[in-house]
Amino acid sequence: MSTINLSVNGKQYSLESIPGETLSTMLRERLRLTGTKIGCEEAECGACTVLVDGQPMMSCVYPAERADGKTIVTIEGLAQRVHEEMKLHPLQDAFVEHGAVQCGFCIPGQILTAYALLKRNPNPDSADIRFALKDTLCRCAGYPSIENAILAAAQALRTGEPVQKPTHIPDSIHEHKTVGHSHLRPEAVEKVTGEALYTDDLKFDGMLYAKAKRAMIPHGFLKKLDISKAKALPGVAAVLTAEDIPAEKNHGLVIFDWPVMVGIGERVRYVGDALAIVAAETQEIAEQAVGLIEAEFDLQPVITNPVQARQEGVPQIHEKGNLLKHIKVRKGDMDAGFASADVILEHTFHTPTTDHAFIEPECSIGVPLPDGRMEIYVGSQIPYQDRTQVARVMGWPEERVRVVGQLMGGGFGGKEDIMGQIHVAMLANVTQRPVKLLFDRHESLLVHPKRHATQIRVKLGAKKDGRIVAMETELYGDTGAYASLGEKVMTRATTHSAGPYDIEHVRADCYAMYTNNPPAGAFRGFGVTQSAFAVESMMDMLADTVGVDRVELRRMNALHVGSVTNTGQVLNESVGLTECIDRVDAEMRKHTPRPFAPRVDSANPNLVRAWGFASAYKNTGLGGGAPDISGADVELYEDGTFQVRSSAAELGQGLVTVMRLTVAEEMAVAPEQVRVLVMDTDLAPNGGPTTASRQTFVTGNASRYAAKTLRDQITATMAEKFDVRPEQIRYEDGIVHVNGHSMTYAEIYKEMTAIGQQPKVRYEYEAPKTMPLGEGGDMHFAFSFGVQAAEVEVNKLTGEVRVLKVISANDVGMAVNPLGLQGQIEGGVMMGLGNCLTEEFIVDNGNVVTDHLARYRVPGIMLTPEITSIIVEHPISSGPYGAKGVGEICSIPTTPAITNAIYNAVGVRIFKTPVDQEMIARELWEREETK
Amino acid sequence: MNLWQEYKSPTSVAEAVQDLASAAGPALPIAGGTDLMLDLRQGNHPPVHTLIDLTFIPEMSALELRGDELYVGAAVPVNQVALDPLVGTHAQALTEAANLIAGPQVRNTATLGGNVAHALPAADGTIALTALDAVAEVAGAAGRRRMPFTSLFLGPGKSAIDKTKEIIVGFYLPIARPHQASCFKRIMRPQGVALPILNCAVWLERDGDLVRDIHIAVGPGGATPFRATEAEAFLRGQSFNDETFAHALDCLLDQAKFRTSARRASADYRRHIVGGLLKDVLDTAWKRAE
Ligand SMILES: Cc1cc2nc3c(=O)[nH]c(=O)nc-3n(C[C@H](O)[C@H](O)[C@H](O)COP(=O)(O)OP(=O)(O)OC[C@H]3O[C@@H](n4cnc5c(N)ncnc54)[C@H](O)[C@@H]3O)c2cc1C
Ligand code: FES
Ligand code: FES
Repeated sequence: MSTINLSVNGKQYSLESIPGETLSTMLRERLRLTGTKIGCEEAECGACTVLVDGQPMMSCVYPAERADGKTIVTIEGLAQRVHEEMKLHPLQDAFVEHGAVQCGFCIPGQILTAYALLKRNPNPDSADIRFALKDTLCRCAGYPSIENAILAAAQALRTGEPVQKPTHIPDSIHEHKTVGHSHLRPEAVEKVTGEALYTDDLKFDGMLYAKAKRAMIPHGFLKKLDISKAKALPGVAAVLTAEDIPAEKNHGLVIFDWPVMVGIGERVRYVGDALAIVAAETQEIAEQAVGLIEAEFDLQPVITNPVQARQEGVPQIHEKGNLLKHIKVRKGDMDAGFASADVILEHTFHTPTTDHAFIEPECSIGVPLPDGRMEIYVGSQIPYQDRTQVARVMGWPEERVRVVGQLMGGGFGGKEDIMGQIHVAMLANVTQRPVKLLFDRHESLLVHPKRHATQIRVKLGAKKDGRIVAMETELYGDTGAYASLGEKVMTRATTHSAGPYDIEHVRADCYAMYTNNPPAGAFRGFGVTQSAFAVESMMDMLADTVGVDRVELRRMNALHVGSVTNTGQVLNESVGLTECIDRVDAEMRKHTPRPFAPRVDSANPNLVRAWGFASAYKNTGLGGGAPDISGADVELYEDGTFQVRSSAAELGQGLVTVMRLTVAEEMAVAPEQVRVLVMDTDLAPNGGPTTASRQTFVTGNASRYAAKTLRDQITATMAEKFDVRPEQIRYEDGIVHVNGHSMTYAEIYKEMTAIGQQPKVRYEYEAPKTMPLGEGGDMHFAFSFGVQAAEVEVNKLTGEVRVLKVISANDVGMAVNPLGLQGQIEGGVMMGLGNCLTEEFIVDNGNVVTDHLARYRVPGIMLTPEITSIIVEHPISSGPYGAKGVGEICSIPTTPAITNAIYNAVGVRIFKTPVDQEMIARELWEREETK
Repeated sequence: MNLWQEYKSPTSVAEAVQDLASAAGPALPIAGGTDLMLDLRQGNHPPVHTLIDLTFIPEMSALELRGDELYVGAAVPVNQVALDPLVGTHAQALTEAANLIAGPQVRNTATLGGNVAHALPAADGTIALTALDAVAEVAGAAGRRRMPFTSLFLGPGKSAIDKTKEIIVGFYLPIARPHQASCFKRIMRPQGVALPILNCAVWLERDGDLVRDIHIAVGPGGATPFRATEAEAFLRGQSFNDETFAHALDCLLDQAKFRTSARRASADYRRHIVGGLLKDVLDTAWKRAE
């Protein structure tokens, strides 16, 4: 063993070397500098970037021993580096100011990489920045904001002036004091300094490390399981199998069909099924122990896709069969519809499984308490559901479990299901020690639910002038081994499969099928991403068939106020689709008067450009008759500050800011006076799941009404005390004016408590009732609308596709925080672009091929087009200040906008995503050859 | 379970070779580790007991002119190769390839030695060095020897160097004389691993409108880094025009063994696009050599 002498953030260390240790592990585990993040451990994501002798390096593949004699700077060392005192570096400032920080997990890597760039090149242009940040991935993907932040920081560093704030983000058109204006995230500063703690950054005394033994076969029965060797390994504290499950054997979000562990004689349904779990003194011992567990299977034929799953005579994966749900939409009379059509088109589309690839892999920690309760620390999108699910399996009352939600390094729908929560609870309970279960990227890719792969057939009938009269769709959705949210997702795919259009006769049938692939569940877009690709491609084909302009065709058929959706819902308000279409169209034609005509590059005739256009809509909220409820507490404190609490999840999307602004607005205080607490089942009421773009709406409303109620209480108390009419009490700039008296909230607190009133309100908000599918009426309480145009460049020789520009208009009702909205929209476009061009989760006969990040490519900054965002605000009266969801709609039209643009450029129609450049090239050369 | 048991940081080539020989278990050199660490971690590699770090050896981190050759140490980080003006002057194809390998953080540790020793037929640094007709200096227990570049490879992922005993010390490149130039370009696909589906490097010397000499490397044009020797032989002494290019391309297509890599590119696709890439690279190099 040798000694490693190194300097970290200006401090000298002398550490004994540990065989096999990487620099990242040394920094995180030994020096507790947890600002250095781990996203992949394969040199792919850049989250672990630190500076070694001034150069950015991936510390996850850097042997610690090599750091001997080197000078290391981590994110924690940046703030004090430029000034004597702890002051943010201009880069940190700029990242905060420009809204470049979303979930924050990638941010340390981004900032350090940018820091090295600015040292070398104090005046970088956009190309320099992109080149430098090429492999520093941000899945929240606010790449344009990151770029702007770096430009602003560079300027500040050159001039010595403070960082310039962004100037290009307009306020909401709906005028309010606080909401509708750009505000910074309350947690942004800790995210740029590295102080922000995510689950894996926590360490408890005596903590054990866990690892699950995965089946690694797609289908079969577990015949034998030998854990004796693992148990005997020194350092192993517990090895548990299905036999050790205390109560309920299964978990699940809607249907409890997912075994906590598969027992002897039971069925393995996908490679990620857990067979045993181990807790050990170190991660290495836990891994070694898992390697010693021996399993034998009786292998079964593998169901590889949903179409096969529905065939007669194939093995049935679940007791009730392979069909999770047949989902039907019926409107009008199809025969009459098609009979009245002048043209009928029919095509079939395929979309692949995709992975959320949040940069932070899953992590759970179970901590047993002396009183017998159990705390679960986890980044989860549904903390209260986690509590229920853990309690069911443990056989405990729910209150015995406390879920303490942690900051999340991205979720996007992928952190709704149980991953390690139950396993750590079981292990912590048996060992009576804290237990951490951290997935590596490999396990994350194998195990958690994905986006559904689909096959979608669309048959469309239209009049000569382009009016659509009938639309019939048939969808197959691959929900994989377990239901997760499969039924809900595919329902959304189905109800939205006719596009945001007003059509008299609609019929849709969807078969959500179980297969032996990894489960599929929620993923930003929730099924609509898939069906929008199909229907929007059809719209362009229809435009060509009837000879109508692509935009005009959409305008003519667009849903509008008064339309009836295909599920029979009358849209009474807040339908901004036409405005979205008009504004994107106008913006696009400003760049290119004939946007859909191919334009050949004058320097290189192989390069052809064109625009593509697509529209979409997406429900806000759970809908379909499910009660959509969120609770929030608002409390006034002695010092005159407020706290708002709800166990809704902040995954980087910006809910915390929305809650803060809402309460600040209602109480007429500065946002800084409002603290937010989320995701703790002991301390905050249930905010419901963070899914279906619902949180701004429901928890926004809950916070708002809680604050309003508190304000009413204050008003009543003050009116009585000063004997004035309630209308004479005004709230302004943090002061309560009562008939000549001006009181601060600290004084109000005193007044209220003096008469025994607790200035604290809990409000349970229930969104407007919805109806189940098939019963007509309002299936959803709000819809968001989005339109995008994409300009692409296609290389006719190689088939390569580059997206140059995207214009994105989104009707969000009201922009509560325009700065946060900007990040959502940029990220939405990038996620859509990845969905279209780079991402495909490949499963070969049940075995995962894309089991490393290196094989599953998510878009980096180099692929970022110029993104123009247009905010359309048709308010919905039930929403907070008129707001409805935005998280998903901004991602949905991107794929068809790009594929339509490809067709417009080179005449190759994409029926299957992701776009295969080879297929484009082949079609072009074959066309050339037959000429 | 540890990725390695022992870590050595020798400061000379002799010491490194000695460390390899005397290690208590299987030993391997590690340069950037951007291939090796991943292979070890993902279990794609037999376990290694001792890692011999090559980055503390001054000779292997040197980049300098030596006589009429440019010497690039095998452990020089790729990023440094990309930025070095000497490389820019004498081996522009290498500058271009080095600039395209991975991202900046990886480039700050990845090396040409590792790129070459990993022996993939389409590694970017490797293909540039192939066209530049590099010579490798290899050190082992028996001393040092110079090896012509293409003799370093046995097959995909199979190096002619016995990495448990030998080390690539560095590469020698001929310095550029007037009317000599080179160029490197590649074609990627946005899905899957970050290796090119096709890359191409050309070095050439012009004599007015005639091709005096030329080297063409294409990856993956075979199991090892491919030199289009037939096309080169045809072009030598020819004037450079559409007709000669077309014939050269035919030669290349006859000689190369393009294969289908699952989910990346079919042989057919590679055959169809190689002409465009070669033309592009040749044209650029031709102009540069004016
Ligand atoms: C994210 C990412 C992107 C990448 N993109 C590209 C790309 O675009 N193009 C590309 O070509 N490659 C790419 N690579 C692959 C890799 O970075 C390169 O092959 C790199 O040059 C390897 O060098 P290294 O120093 O890191 O090798 P190491 O990992 O240190 O070593 C690789 C192998 O070579 C041996 N070895 C190393 N040096 C010597 C030596 N001097 N003598 C003898 N044996 C030696 C080692 O024992 C090991 O077996 C990428 C890798 C990653 C992680
Ligand atoms: S690159 Fe190191 S953790 Fe991803
Ligand atoms: S902010 Fe970059 S990954 Fe979330």
